[in-house]
Amino acid sequence: MQNARDLKEYRGEMQGALDNDFLRTAMDNFAVAYRASRIKAFAGMDVDGLVQEIAKAKDQAMARMDELFEEFKKNAERQGVTVHVAKTGHEANEIIARIAEKAGVKRVVKSKSMTAEETHLNLHLEAQGLEVVETDLGEWIIQLRHEGPTHMVMPAIHLSRYQVAELFSDVTGTKQEGDIQKLVKVARRELRAKYVQAEMGISGGNFAIAETGTIALCTNEGNARLVTTLPRVHVALVGLDKLTPSINDALRVLKVLPRNATGQAITSYVTWITGPGECEASPDGKKEMHVVFLDNGRRALAKDPVFSQVLRCVRCGACANVCPVYRLVGGHQYGHIYIGAIGLILTYFYHGREKAKNLVQNCINCGACKASCVGGIDLPRLIKEVHARIQDESGHPLQSQLLGMVLKSRKMFHTLLRSARAVQKPVTGGTPYLRHLPMIFARGQEFRALPAIAEQAFRDQFEAIKPKVSSPKYRVALFSGCVQDFVYPEQAVAAVKVLAKHNVAVDFPMDQSCCGLPVQMMGEREASRSVAAQNVTAFDPASYDYILTLCASCASHLKHGYPDILGKDPKLAVKVQQFADRVIDFSSFVHDVLKVEASEFRADGKTATYHAPCHLCRGLGVTEAPRELIHTGGLTYLPADEEDVCCGFGGTYSMKFPELSAELLKKKLANVERTGAELLLTDCPGCIMQLRGGLEAKGSRLQVQHVAEALAERLK
Amino acid sequence: MSENARLADLMAEKAGLVSAIVSRVKTLDEAFAYTLDVCEKKEACQLLPAGCEADLSTGAGALCDAKLGKIIAAPGLAEETATTLSELCAERGVQFITKGMRKHLAGVDIGFTIAQAGIAETGTCVLDSKSEELRLATMICEVHVCVVPVSTIRETSFEVESLLRAMCKDFPAYVAFITGASRTADIERVLAIGVHGPLELHILLLED
Repeated sequence: MQNARDLKEYRGEMQGALDNDFLRTAMDNFAVAYRASRIKAFAGMDVDGLVQEIAKAKDQAMARMDELFEEFKKNAERQGVTVHVAKTGHEANEIIARIAEKAGVKRVVKSKSMTAEETHLNLHLEAQGLEVVETDLGEWIIQLRHEGPTHMVMPAIHLSRYQVAELFSDVTGTKQEGDIQKLVKVARRELRAKYVQAEMGISGGNFAIAETGTIALCTNEGNARLVTTLPRVHVALVGLDKLTPSINDALRVLKVLPRNATGQAITSYVTWITGPGECEASPDGKKEMHVVFLDNGRRALAKDPVFSQVLRCVRCGACANVCPVYRLVGGHQYGHIYIGAIGLILTYFYHGREKAKNLVQNCINCGACKASCVGGIDLPRLIKEVHARIQDESGHPLQSQLLGMVLKSRKMFHTLLRSARAVQKPVTGGTPYLRHLPMIFARGQEFRALPAIAEQAFRDQFEAIKPKVSSPKYRVALFSGCVQDFVYPEQAVAAVKVLAKHNVAVDFPMDQSCCGLPVQMMGEREASRSVAAQNVTAFDPASYDYILTLCASCASHLKHGYPDILGKDPKLAVKVQQFADRVIDFSSFVHDVLKVEASEFRADGKTATYHAPCHLCRGLGVTEAPRELIHTGGLTYLPADEEDVCCGFGGTYSMKFPELSAELLKKKLANVERTGAELLLTDCPGCIMQLRGGLEAKGSRLQVQHVAEALAERLK
Repeated sequence: MSENARLADLMAEKAGLVSAIVSRVKTLDEAFAYTLDVCEKKEACQLLPAGCEADLSTGAGALCDAKLGKIIAAPGLAEETATTLSELCAERGVQFITKGMRKHLAGVDIGFTIAQAGIAETGTCVLDSKSEELRLATMICEVHVCVVPVSTIRETSFEVESLLRAMCKDFPAYVAFITGASRTADIERVLAIGVHGPLELHILLLED
């Protein structure tokens, strides 16, 4: 639940979560176990193919939501089901309360429904004097605690057995011990009594199948079967996004939903309910059945050119499972009702700006969610889009406005960087780090040493090191990005050295500027667009075979972000596509295009481990090239645990949420140091800034380098 | 190996992965014998419906008192088959019921069913649960014995799609895909079996 009034309060809440040892351990164990079980569950399957099929089918279905609704309604009504549609959450609650009143219902049992959480149905029914009991074990536990879920599939993942035992002691009036198997049996008996008494059962629905008018439900506990069987009234509350044309579509989603949710091939029960069947508890021996469809913005979302894809969500919870920030703080901090990456987006649409405004800033943009989404939803991009909309609606913070303004003018930006170099002496103490930063800049940054601006920017060194090539094999334009231009020029210099050996002509278009990702991250759309246009114009892509960058974040933003940002601009559409098509990261270029060989390098047998930058391994899908280059360059590669988990940099994220950034870095460095390697290599200057800064702050001697530097040093 | 045999093996393997107990039977009589056997053994270790040994609130505890002796529930069998099983139960002193499940909501020992199909790749039993008695029997029983005729096993869910559609179209319909026992991991992600439904699922692959 989001109740923080501002970002400061929100950060305070997160610190509370970080201090909760039980939560931290539980979430860590879960993250590691989930990853393994997901891989196992999908082994041998064409996951990408399935994701594409599902995305396409869901998009097609959502485009004809109204038609599917009519078809479902016609089929269901023919069977004697009453079909309702509620425009708002409140309306849905009222409809259900009226059904209960008319049917003389006093007691309600519920099986898990995120849609009912969305509408706060329980509170509404309880206010009408009804007893409402959740029957999913996790939901029942959090209901007893009067709190919301912290995970869409495992709502009580934040609680220990002892906390549950305490709750159950209250319920039963006798002392319960923290024995999980026993506690589960206590729930079995206590809830069985509730089913027997209840006159109404409320379920959600994983699918509302139009061709047959069927509601399908997935559960492991089997509680939905009892909820939909024992009471004489059954109400299914279903989002309009669950409308599915056919059984075939449902079966396809069923292939991935349980696998992605919990690593199961299928849930213990899948229940297909078509029409009100026999019911002995009913005076006429027949069940009373209602399906209440919830709109709450879904109809409009289905027509939204940018956001319609959020309706592909099957509520598996995987985007939370793999999110490194969720792993640190849990679902109460990383969601309102809907949790995880999809929650950051849906909160804005279903629960409003006030609930979403802090939450939406808490995405580090590592792309882990997108890579695991079975609907293929571009979650990080949509989160940024929500962030930008909220800022457009309620005002841009001064900080991000200023950054936007500065970046829009390359000259002003670069002048500022040069001035910073001139005045930084008092804070560097002659080292490459900013050692004595005034408190206003350094708050929360003690976990890492921040680098100083380099003596000479790359752009000022370029003419002197430009390879002299007469008949080049490739014509390459270098995109340095701000960090390599002004902080770590030696990385770009190293790259040029490697390229020169291979007869590559290298250009450095001087009008290039920041790639724009930092302002995109801060919700400054206009600045982001303007910077992107400047860069595309600066490069004139048709003059080159490749546009090479050593920064994974720049590369993925140039390749995937630019066409998205500028693709609809008629003046730039062609150029931007040409630009994006030519963008390549250093490791891929050297490994796949130049095909360097071990004989070119002096092997010194040093050991190296690797950090896979988010925007390289997921953003560009490059995983093998850098690791093979470590071998080719004559180093011994020692793999680390969780190499592809974010280092916590995230650009401006690490300034906004330093506590979280520090924790992510701590985990990363622990994994790295456990390998015992002498070198830590990676492909992104941003990650290097974070990793080197963290190691420097803790006084480690482990050396961090760009893959380009490691190769250049060993060139024969 | 015949296609049927291959699918039966796959079904056995996949169902085993979710802790279903899979056996092969040649005839329904063998299935009955197996079921009574399970029932008999079960009583030795478990006299009370699951959870009744725990400290409960008065309401939930009262429900426990309702259970007397051992019960096998088998609604939905053909008349002749039901008679056979009923006689076997009588011989062993087990109560046999085919209706009135709502009087036994505290729990019955065994629910006995015959599936319409099996899905091998997930070890799933497809059970037409239109009958409320049958549906309840498979939920309130502590052990669910489900006979799956080998000839009905298909490799994937898509191969039972037309059957499922036909069942759904014959409304009012209630179809259950059952894979393993009722389970939860809601407390500390520790797997616990039998939170609401059966504590065990036995699948008998019937070589028909």
